[in-house]
Amino acid sequence: MIAHAVVFYIFSFIAIVSAIMVTASRNTVHSVFFLILDFISISCLFIMIGAEFLGMIMLIVYVGAVAVLFLFVVMMLNVAQQKNEWFVASDSSSHIPIGLLVSLVIFSELLIIVGGWKYKAELQDSININLNFNLTNTQSLGNVIYTDYVHLFQLSGMVLLVAMIGAIVLTFRKRSGVKTQSYLRQISRERNEGVELIDVETKKGVKIDA
Amino acid sequence: MPEYASILFSEVLKILMLLVPVLVSVAMIVWLDRRVWAFVQKRRGPNVVGPFGLLQSLADALKYIFKEIIIPASSNKVIFILAPIITMTLALISWAVIPFSEDFVLADINVGILYLFAVSSLGVYGIIMGGWASNSKYPFLGAIRSAAQMVSYEVSIGIIIINVLLCVGSLNLSDIVKAQENVWYIIPLFPMFVIFFISALAETNRPPFDLPEAEAELVAGYQTEYSGMMYAMFWLGEYANILLMCALGSILFLGGWLSPINIFPFTVIPSPIWLILKILLLFILFALVKAIVPRYRYDQLMRLGWKVFLPLSLTWVVLTAGYLMYFDLLPGN
Repeated sequence: MIAHAVVFYIFSFIAIVSAIMVTASRNTVHSVFFLILDFISISCLFIMIGAEFLGMIMLIVYVGAVAVLFLFVVMMLNVAQQKNEWFVASDSSSHIPIGLLVSLVIFSELLIIVGGWKYKAELQDSININLNFNLTNTQSLGNVIYTDYVHLFQLSGMVLLVAMIGAIVLTFRKRSGVKTQSYLRQISRERNEGVELIDVETKKGVKIDA
Repeated sequence: MPEYASILFSEVLKILMLLVPVLVSVAMIVWLDRRVWAFVQKRRGPNVVGPFGLLQSLADALKYIFKEIIIPASSNKVIFILAPIITMTLALISWAVIPFSEDFVLADINVGILYLFAVSSLGVYGIIMGGWASNSKYPFLGAIRSAAQMVSYEVSIGIIIINVLLCVGSLNLSDIVKAQENVWYIIPLFPMFVIFFISALAETNRPPFDLPEAEAELVAGYQTEYSGMMYAMFWLGEYANILLMCALGSILFLGGWLSPINIFPFTVIPSPIWLILKILLLFILFALVKAIVPRYRYDQLMRLGWKVFLPLSLTWVVLTAGYLMYFDLLPGN
């Protein structure tokens, strides 16, 4: 039990310190790496409370895919430079109030969540999921999501799909003059379309690009 | 306290008993790779150091150890040094869940296949960190390519794994092997095996998908600035990952430690040997592909991943699920 507590405190300490370092470090790429460290230690905490499925999914989805894209963007855009320009430039006043407003809203939402913790017990009673403790947590999670609440799950999937298609539609543009390979055209080419036999008259030559 | 110490000692001993053979076999597998490559091209390959050149990899490793480690002045030093360490560590920790026989597995966890998948999806960080921290054009381009490539092919590997899991009904690797006692999944799921094999090539940056280190365009990709032991660690990690993918393929599709037919001469051979033989078979296929196939262009690689493999494997998930549902074969709990 002591070993369990020690490991728990190690991981939570790493999680909190790296969460602070995400905002505190000056290099944006370092921030993303600290974010990844945060994700990893939180997934370790998930595994420690016996939710190994959630922990692994956390690793696969957040660390393996989302954070890679973060890192991609941050490395490509050189955000650090841009951020400094924002704070130095004279038109920075338009960014900072909006940022403050957003962070204020998030902060108050966090407060509401912490306050709502008081009603946790009643909420759990009202949902009334019958959990079978003999199953592994993968199976019980599957039962809840895919059997009991499958319609809600599909609905949220549809919302995500709409968001995804929306993002693609917004960023998609047809560019002209881009060379692309058409496999269909390559395969369906016949010999008589590509090759032409010409009798060349002596001392006259032939014009190829007619 | 002494019981803690003895538990710790025995665990460390077990880990060493797994990792040392893995590292030795990684060295041997490099030799095998070069020999197969040479065989296809009618060359001899490494045949000087030791019998049949078997000790060539050891000689190479020794050479790397004694070379100077050069850290570029403009690089981000911490991340530059961390990158090969991460690659190597991730390649080795995934071996913890590979079952070599019914009771010979280091960690028999419930979500073994997810663990493998998670660790292999972390593998991309070693490459991105190495490429970015080098602060140089070629490594960065190589790293970006590899990140995009690994993320894309992970998607299709994940869906192929879902196919197998539908038939098994468990995420535990030992259960996956035991479920194949009657028929190996390569027979009912053969198209998935082919796609898995090709995706594994792309996932481990093997030819014909070795664009991250395409030497004709990018010098050596993300490894350009690395030298000495740090280069060797990237190199060992890469081969350990290849071996791991072969092991995963043999567990998912070739029945892991099970013998092909359950009759006398085959059952005498101990089960770890069967797994090793299957890993070797897959690895020789990997090596043959390296020698035979020319490199893909980058847009072709992306097209293959997203427009061919992803729809194919998704369709196969629907087919498998429908078949299992219709004939009431879904593994119950």
